[in-house]
Amino acid sequence: MNVQEIEKLEKSIESMTQLARTCGLDFYPMRYEICPADIIYTFGAYGMPTRFSHWSFGKIFHRLRLEYDFGLSRIYELVINSNPCYAFLLEGNTLLQNQTVCAHVLAHCDFFKNNAMFAHTPRDMVERMSISAERIRQYELQYGRGTVESLLDAGLALQEHVDASVSGRRYRREWREQKDRERRGLYSEDRPSKKRSDYDDLWAIGDELQIESTFVEEQSTRFPLPQKDIMLFLIEHSPVLKLWQRDVLSILRDEMLYFWPQMETKIMNEGWATYWHLRIMREMDLLPEDSIEFAKMHAGVVLPSRTTINPYYVGLAIWEDIEKRWSKRQTPSSTASEGLGSAGREKMFEVREMENDISFLRNYLTKELMEQLDLYLYQKVGNEYRVVETDYEQVRNALCASRLNGGIPVILVEDGDYQRNGELFLRHAYEGVELDLKQLEKTLPYLYQLWGRTCHLATVVEGREVIFSCDGKRTQRKFV
Amino acid sequence: MSNESFTLSKEDWSLHRKGQQDQERHKEKVKEAIKNNLADLISDEGIIMSDGRQIVKIPIRSLEEYRIRYNYSKNRQPGTGKGGSQVGDVIGNGQPGQGQDQSGAGDGKGVDYEEASVTLEDIEEMLFAELELPNLVPKSNENIQVTDVDFRDVRKNGLMSNIDKRRTLLEAIRHSARNGSDKMMIRPDDLRFRTWEDTIEPDSNAVILALMDTSGSMGLFEKYAARTFFFWMVRFLRTKYENVHIRYIAHHTEAKEVSEEHFFTKGESGGTICSSAYDLALRIIQQDYPAGSYNIYPVHFSDGDNLTSDNEKCIKRVEEICKLSQMFAYAEVNAYARSSTLMSAYSKMQNPLFRKFVIREKSDVYRALRAFFSAAPEEGNTA
Repeated sequence: MNVQEIEKLEKSIESMTQLARTCGLDFYPMRYEICPADIIYTFGAYGMPTRFSHWSFGKIFHRLRLEYDFGLSRIYELVINSNPCYAFLLEGNTLLQNQTVCAHVLAHCDFFKNNAMFAHTPRDMVERMSISAERIRQYELQYGRGTVESLLDAGLALQEHVDASVSGRRYRREWREQKDRERRGLYSEDRPSKKRSDYDDLWAIGDELQIESTFVEEQSTRFPLPQKDIMLFLIEHSPVLKLWQRDVLSILRDEMLYFWPQMETKIMNEGWATYWHLRIMREMDLLPEDSIEFAKMHAGVVLPSRTTINPYYVGLAIWEDIEKRWSKRQTPSSTASEGLGSAGREKMFEVREMENDISFLRNYLTKELMEQLDLYLYQKVGNEYRVVETDYEQVRNALCASRLNGGIPVILVEDGDYQRNGELFLRHAYEGVELDLKQLEKTLPYLYQLWGRTCHLATVVEGREVIFSCDGKRTQRKFV
Repeated sequence: MSNESFTLSKEDWSLHRKGQQDQERHKEKVKEAIKNNLADLISDEGIIMSDGRQIVKIPIRSLEEYRIRYNYSKNRQPGTGKGGSQVGDVIGNGQPGQGQDQSGAGDGKGVDYEEASVTLEDIEEMLFAELELPNLVPKSNENIQVTDVDFRDVRKNGLMSNIDKRRTLLEAIRHSARNGSDKMMIRPDDLRFRTWEDTIEPDSNAVILALMDTSGSMGLFEKYAARTFFFWMVRFLRTKYENVHIRYIAHHTEAKEVSEEHFFTKGESGGTICSSAYDLALRIIQQDYPAGSYNIYPVHFSDGDNLTSDNEKCIKRVEEICKLSQMFAYAEVNAYARSSTLMSAYSKMQNPLFRKFVIREKSDVYRALRAFFSAAPEEGNTA
């Protein structure tokens, strides 16, 4: 983009921002940066400009870059959930493309700011990640690059197993408070008159029952179980990790928690941004040839795929359907039948605040819409992929299930002292979809690396329960 | 934080090299993985049977990023059609392609199998870096060859076209800094020139005698191992050394000299008398390669199933050949760890020039190469 184009872009951003505000979008101050392709693809690979270094990001970067060079795919834009909100525009985009992108990211920013899932994400993550990256760099200098790299390899393999839910947060807090109360109670409230000493347990000698019961109680309350947040469990309870290693894992966990809502709202968020870039660009004064170019670009973005769900396409369709359906149910309070201030728009803003992908699909993907989108389920049958299901409820349920937990299998810590031997026991919350066993067998050694003792994982294969155990040297499977 | 509702800026990002740096590290890891896989790689049939110019795909384990994932091939997945899709419609065969959407980093759907493409040159480069002809001595001074020039020195005077700009500037900066002047001037004294030296590589004057047992007892695996070994040996010698003569001798009960093509492709049958090959080798040495002016390396591959009465003679011949050679290598292909007559005879030999190795599995070919073509003999497998 040359200087004139940048000036033009600046002008149109001004009017688009104005327009977006009048439509009711509510976003943070925007920081648009025009970057060369290399930089955009670097940020795309790392997920954040300031993230720490790791070869796996280099690998993604290389792949993205290659695909770009061959013209197979293209990242138009990158937007960061932060305040102020950073948006990176591709230098090689045309003016019109970058205008569209600006309209698109305004809606993303509105979504970040207002959707409930994002309420707990820190808005200064750019700075936080930069500080974390610096800390990891220091650890590299202190403990050696190889040591840090091997820890990151293991941590990244398990980073998705966190608990971002509000209930999980509350449960952990309550558990901790309870433990605190118990500890304090033991020392003060229960026996206010008696002095505590290290030898108090001597009084209980001979009272076997009591000793046993306290022991059993301790066993079951040492960890809050079952726990979905494997990363936190490792950070808090792993017997082998050093302090700096726990720190690195906490960095990974914090970053995953920050990215988590984006995984949970992919369809909604992309659909929302697509809905708005369409509306905003329609209001702009475009030359005929620009209109054609915009239509082309938009069509490319919402191109449906036979084998995956294009979130832009499905998301946009659901949003437009919501607007249409609620506009018809005109309430007396609203005046306009379409567009600004209509009941349809009101409903949309409510949905963008309250829902995530699963509830969005479950509540608003109607039978008619599904037929219109021609959604189906397919599976490998013999050598071919065939459509195996078109029934509304089945497809909807499978679609919701595929978005569950961001599409990542739910694994729970069941025991941190399995067989009274300090071994770790995990269970896959099996709901009909099996795990990739090859991947699983290769991931368990990482778990072993972080736990330091034998690790077990129970799952279901072909209807039978199987326990995978890794003792650091090899991974075995045992049918139960 | 400013309260402006937006800013638009374009910075200079040219120094932001993080992606490239981590990409470098990834490449390094790919190289490491190749190196760790060399033993399996070089005995890969695809390479040996190829015309020598193909790219080999090898799965590199250490570079896959393993995660706990769903098994997508066993699962039903959603897609969108063009309207009116019916149960039973075929939507594709093979792998379903990934969506065109790439903007969500960390939204890892689809399994990421990493296969690195390795060219034969890559493998050779790494393999041959470890190999050399042992005990190589200059045999005659006549054939000294100048093969290349190598810029390795910097001097104060030289040809203006060979000026070293960076060093000259550095000198000039130093000079003016020393004098405390803020103006930089290049004086004649600051000039630096790159100067070359001739790289002299003596003619190795080496000859390899490739001896291979082609008797009926050499089964598929034995022949395969032997040919793999010789394949790499020949490539190694041709890449690293100029003027290495290779003579091929195939033997069963009697030995004859054969062409390279014949050596690698034709099979024979019959019993085994190894001394016949050694006799022929000795004759070739005496006729064509006087020990005074040649480095001689006989390499013998057999399954060790020699006629027992011949062993005595073999030892004598090997001793004779050893006197004329720089090294005598004997490799036995013995997958089942049976005790072979020839190896039990050779295991008593104490000659430091005699190297032996037992190949039990494909990947041992690599170890055999390392055992024979290294400066100091390595501890090989012994029967």
